[in-house]
Amino acid sequence: MRLSCMILFFYVFPILLTAQETERKRIQSRFILAEDGETIELGEGRFVIDATLSMEGKKQITIRGKGMDKTILSFKGQASGAEGIRISNCSNIILEDFSAEDAKGDIIKTMHVNGITFRRVRAAWTGKMSHKNGSYALYPVSCEKVLIEECVARGASDAGIYVGQSRTIIVRNSKAFENVAGIEIENSIDADVYGNEAYHNTGGILVFDLPDLELKRGGNCRVYNNKVWENNTANFAPKGNIVGRVPQGTGIILLAANNVEIFNNEITNNRTVGTSIVSYYISENPIKDSSYYPYPLAVHIHDNAYSRKKQRATMKGRMGKLYRFKLRFGKDVPDIVYDGIPDEKILDANKQYPQDKRICIRNNRGASYANIDAANGFKNISRDMVPADCSLPSLPGVKPWF
Amino acid sequence: MKARIITVFFIITALLYLAASIRLEKPPAGKLSNYGLFTGTLSNLEPAADVVPYALNTPLFTDYAEKLRFLRIPAGSTIAYNDSAVFEFPVGTVLVKNFFYPRDFRDPSKGREIIETRLLIREENGWKALPYIWNREQTEAFLDVAGETRQVKYIDGSGKTRQHAYYIPNMNQCKGCHNHYEAMAPIGPTARQLNGKYGFAGSQDNQLAHWATKGLLTGLPADGQLPRGVRWDDPSTGSLDERARAWLDINCGHCHRSGGPASTSGLYLTIHEKDPLRLGIGKTPVAAGRGSGDLQVSIAPGQPEKSIMVYRMQSTDPGVMMPELGRSLNHQEGIALIKQWIREMEH
Repeated sequence: MRLSCMILFFYVFPILLTAQETERKRIQSRFILAEDGETIELGEGRFVIDATLSMEGKKQITIRGKGMDKTILSFKGQASGAEGIRISNCSNIILEDFSAEDAKGDIIKTMHVNGITFRRVRAAWTGKMSHKNGSYALYPVSCEKVLIEECVARGASDAGIYVGQSRTIIVRNSKAFENVAGIEIENSIDADVYGNEAYHNTGGILVFDLPDLELKRGGNCRVYNNKVWENNTANFAPKGNIVGRVPQGTGIILLAANNVEIFNNEITNNRTVGTSIVSYYISENPIKDSSYYPYPLAVHIHDNAYSRKKQRATMKGRMGKLYRFKLRFGKDVPDIVYDGIPDEKILDANKQYPQDKRICIRNNRGASYANIDAANGFKNISRDMVPADCSLPSLPGVKPWF
Repeated sequence: MKARIITVFFIITALLYLAASIRLEKPPAGKLSNYGLFTGTLSNLEPAADVVPYALNTPLFTDYAEKLRFLRIPAGSTIAYNDSAVFEFPVGTVLVKNFFYPRDFRDPSKGREIIETRLLIREENGWKALPYIWNREQTEAFLDVAGETRQVKYIDGSGKTRQHAYYIPNMNQCKGCHNHYEAMAPIGPTARQLNGKYGFAGSQDNQLAHWATKGLLTGLPADGQLPRGVRWDDPSTGSLDERARAWLDINCGHCHRSGGPASTSGLYLTIHEKDPLRLGIGKTPVAAGRGSGDLQVSIAPGQPEKSIMVYRMQSTDPGVMMPELGRSLNHQEGIALIKQWIREMEH
């Protein structure tokens, strides 16, 4: 009798306890109790998680699943927390071989992490492309040494892969599709984006510098060897967000970005523009941040391959109107567009930027070009690429730290 | 023979189980009662001799939960006063915050259910946050690092029965708010929050004066020049602007400040913020996503319904709502205050 009581206590009680605990509580406890240097293995299966899983203040932790198709954390029905997984104030964290789905806010956000790797992680909203989906699928912000490789991001109402206000970044061999922005590098310094596929988004790859932020001026970004195609999805971002201004049918867009090199990309069938180089003024948002620099400078676009079907640009949104009523390109839409809003203060007597600050476009296969002269109400739209024919020294690129 | 096998098996399992539970209870004390903060029946929250109750003028909204706060500092040590930031507390300080619901908000004699007790402990190398969850029997609270969802039920001030989920945060989420430049830090105990009376133990003393008299606080200005203690819900304590700013400070400013977790948004909501743009007036969102609610700016003066700030305060969707933690309900009275503030803003 006594023995059976004890068996009950030691065998059944713990099992009951485990059964009562939600999956979240089990995984969350491991995230909290992990010792520095530990690997947290996630098993095979689909785990329904009802609140944010968070990790804080850890060093050298690996969170590893059994594969992006085998270990799935589903945040469908999430009741609390603004992201699926949140990792903050850590160093040398590796996330690999799992999927995270359908979080209410962002799917995986990492902040103030020095050394963050996403490897073979799939982050996706699985339903319709909707403004009700969260903003970012993979979202490192204010991080250093960010490596995103062989990942998949889908369904974001802002950007699938978004690196913001960070330094030393490699995004490679990943896929971003059916997001508003596929891959976005924003207010970040030293980034290499290569070997990726960005398709069926509203805009494929974005390099942005925005006002009102702590990390003011990004730069040194290389975008190369990517395949950027058919980014013709209607923009489904909630209004108010800058990404909501990205025209449907955009391949690569550089907004107020400085020191950027775009080369060896295949940019195919993006109906509105293959690559656009624009200042923040084109967004028509007022600028109140006096320390913000709104112009793109030192942009080098070379050796890319452009091709597109003969069709009209988007008819939607402000840009649609612009193309229809002002630019009137018809079906002969230029592959590369520069908004023609220069920083007057640094123009020389010939209305040119100094050699090292120029917008250079050279040796792109199949490319047509337009400077749309937005500074003067689109009066002198020029399709002549010769004024932009120059080259800049190659950027050094990001030294691997791993 | 069979019995012996069972016994051996059982001993091994017991050892494994013990090992596992020790590991789970690694942080300081597994139970709230271990700290000796209270005397008598634990759930009466009767402070021990060296424990001081205190209250804030404008507290954080947490789903209408009531709070009882206490603090204990080591004998012989003192708290250093300053007039703008959180006081400097000595090593060994314990800040105690109990979250509870009266069974009937109109009649305290009907008792209460304590949900959780959060401790902030000042150690040599910084602050540590420890969440304790009360059992249903109200006999003890246990350290629980992973957080939990509780259903709570009570009768509110208007006599209506209310029932809703209450989210007890996990240990990491403590730092979602208590975070300044990635160091854990208290939020509430500032001069302007403590400058007021607290009617405990029959005393009507000003809290700060009381602390100074007890020898707990040093550096209190002798001339009585203290920062104004503004209560968000009491117009006699401050103007509309002051009360709205006090509400934003305690509910939002811990994240929305330089060095806070929301600094990447460029929106700064502490009571010290002077720049209208940083405060959100005419400010476009950065990474708000669907949190923008299809609106253009954080604050549209004169137009609360066009202000993202109000939109997010009025949501309970985890991907939209602000603050993003610690509530499943809207703070109706707080929303009304902020709306009025924006409505009356010059434009």
